[in-house]
Amino acid sequence: MSNALPTAAELAERLAQGSLSASQLVAQCLDTIAERDGSLNVFLSVEDRQAALQQAEAVDRRRGSGEQAGLLAGLPVAIKDNICHAGRKTTCASRMLAEYEPPYDATVVEKLRDAGAVIVGRTNLDEFAMGGSTENSHFGPTRNPWNTDHVPGGSSGGAAAAVAAEMVPLSLGSDTGGSIRQPAALCGVTGLKPTYGRVSRYGLVAFASSLDQIGPITRDARDAAMMLQAIAGHDERDSTSADVPVPDYLAAIEQPLAGLKIGVLREQLSGDIDPKVKAAIEAALAVLEAQGATLVDVLLPHSKYAVATYYVISASEASSNLARYDGAHYGYRTDERAMREALRREEAELKAAGKDAAVAQLDSPLVRMYRVSRSEGFGLEVQRRIMLGTYALSAGYYDAYYRKALQVRRLIRQDYDTAFAQVDLLAGPVTATTAFKIGEKSEDPLSMYLVDLFTVGANLAGIPAMSVPCGFSSNGLPIGLHLQAPAFEEARLLRVGHQYQQVTDWHTRRPALS
Amino acid sequence: MITRDDVLKVSLLARLQLDEQHLDLMAEQLARIVQYVDQLAEVDTTGVEPMAHPFELTNVFRDDQLRPSLPREQALGGAPRTDGECFLVPAVLGE
Repeated sequence: MSNALPTAAELAERLAQGSLSASQLVAQCLDTIAERDGSLNVFLSVEDRQAALQQAEAVDRRRGSGEQAGLLAGLPVAIKDNICHAGRKTTCASRMLAEYEPPYDATVVEKLRDAGAVIVGRTNLDEFAMGGSTENSHFGPTRNPWNTDHVPGGSSGGAAAAVAAEMVPLSLGSDTGGSIRQPAALCGVTGLKPTYGRVSRYGLVAFASSLDQIGPITRDARDAAMMLQAIAGHDERDSTSADVPVPDYLAAIEQPLAGLKIGVLREQLSGDIDPKVKAAIEAALAVLEAQGATLVDVLLPHSKYAVATYYVISASEASSNLARYDGAHYGYRTDERAMREALRREEAELKAAGKDAAVAQLDSPLVRMYRVSRSEGFGLEVQRRIMLGTYALSAGYYDAYYRKALQVRRLIRQDYDTAFAQVDLLAGPVTATTAFKIGEKSEDPLSMYLVDLFTVGANLAGIPAMSVPCGFSSNGLPIGLHLQAPAFEEARLLRVGHQYQQVTDWHTRRPALS
Repeated sequence: MITRDDVLKVSLLARLQLDEQHLDLMAEQLARIVQYVDQLAEVDTTGVEPMAHPFELTNVFRDDQLRPSLPREQALGGAPRTDGECFLVPAVLGE
C-alpha cells in the first residue's frame, strides 16, 4: 500500500535522520484523513491545514537549528473530543457542547505540545464517553475500518479507528470502563489505560471522576510506551494525580519475559465467548509461555458483579458531574420564549381544569429552563445514566445501591490484591466477541452495558490495563488480548505487549481501505 | 420496581424534562437496569468499608498563594446569555 503509515517509533527515527520532514508527515496524515473520513466519520474537527503545517515547519526548523527535539517531535496526534483544546471546539459529541470552545488546554495537550507533537484533529466518541460503540454521537456513528457495517467499539471509537485507518500514528483516548481498550481491541490496535492518577485529568471533561483516565491508542506497545512517557506524571492542577516517579518505559519494554508469572482468567474463557476469540487468546497465551512466562489459572470471585457495581458508581458520579450543564454557564440553552410560552399554556390548562394544587407545583421559569435545556442538549443514553445515577443517590435508595456498590467495589479490589500476590499480571480477553454491527445493540441499553464485562474491573480497582491485537475472527474482524497489572506497573504491561509483538505480526495488519 | 411516577420524580431531581413517550420508555429501561443491578444484594458486605476512590487520598493542599484565575471575559465567553458582567437566567423572583 503506497500510503501505509509506519509506527510512531519508525517515523521518529526517519524524522531524526532527516529522511522525512514533519511538514511532509503532517501533510500526509491530513491527506489520508481527507480521503477516508467521508466513509468512516472518525474526526469531529480537523485542525486548519495552514496552522498544522506551520506547527510542523516550526518543529522542522528547531530540529534544523540543532535544538534538542522532544520525544514526539513532528509526530501527528489525534485527541478524543472530550479533551480540552483551547480555542477549538471540544464537543464531547454532544449537542450540549456543539459550539463549546474551552478557554484553556488540558494538561495532556500541553504535554503533547511540549514533546513536539502536532495535534491534527479531534476524534468522535459516544456522547460524554458514555457507550461502547461510538453510535451515541450527536454527529453520527464512527465506522470500523475493518468493516464499515460494524462499530469500532467505544467510547474512544474515533481514536481507535484513526490509528487503524492510518490517519495518525498516535491518538489519545479516555477510559472509564473500557473505553480505550475495547475500541482498541475491536479495531486491531494497541490501547493502554494507565493507573488511575498516572496521567493528569486536568482538562478532561469529567464523566465518572473516580474511574476516568486518559491513555494512548497506538499501532504497537513501543509507541504506547513512547506516548505514555510524554503524558505521564504529577500535575498539581489535578488533585487526584499521583506524585509517583515516571519510569523509563522505553527501556523497560526490552526486558525478556523469562521468570514472569501470568495469571490466566480462565473463567472469562469458559462462559459465553466466541470460540474464535477464545482460540486467539489461548494461542497468545501459548506464545507468552514459549517466551518464558509461567501460566497459572486465577480467579476473581467478585468479577461477575463488576458491571452492576460499575453502572451504579459511574452513573451516580455522572449525574453529579453533568449537573454543571445548566444552560447558564456554557453550552446549549433552549429557546426561552418558547419555553415560557409552553409554561403559560400548561398553567392555563391546569387552571381551566381546576387543578390548583398542580398549578402550585409547576416549575419556575428557571427550573424549566434547566430541564428543557438539558433534555434538548443531552442524548437519550446520557439522560438514562443521569436518571439512573440520580435514582441510586436519592433518599431511600442510597444505601441499597450507591453505598452497596462502593462496598462491592472494595471486594473487587481485594480480589485483585489477592491475585497480584500470586502473579505478576493477569491475562484474558478484552471482549467476548468481535465488533458487532451498527444498530445491533442500540435498542437494548443493558446488552450494551454487558460489553464492558471484562474491562470495568480495572477501572474500579484503579489499576493499569492494556489491549494488544492477537488475531482475527473468521469474519476478518480483530481480537484483543487483555492484560492487567498492579497499580503503577504500566511498564510490565508494555513489556509483555512489546515482547509479544516481537514474535507476532497481528499488530502490523492493516485494513484494506481505498 | 420503577414506576412512571418514580421516573417523573427523579426527572425533576435530575433537572430533566422527559416527554410522554420517553417517560414510558425510560421507566421500562430503568426497571430492567435496576433489576440487573439488584444482584448486588446477594453479596455479603457485612463490615466492608465503602470504597469511593481507587487510592484513598487524604486532603491535597497547595500553598495559599494568590495566582491569576480565568479572566471574566473568558469565563463568560461560552455562556448563552450575559450582560458582560454576569450570567443571565430567567427571573427567579417575580416576573
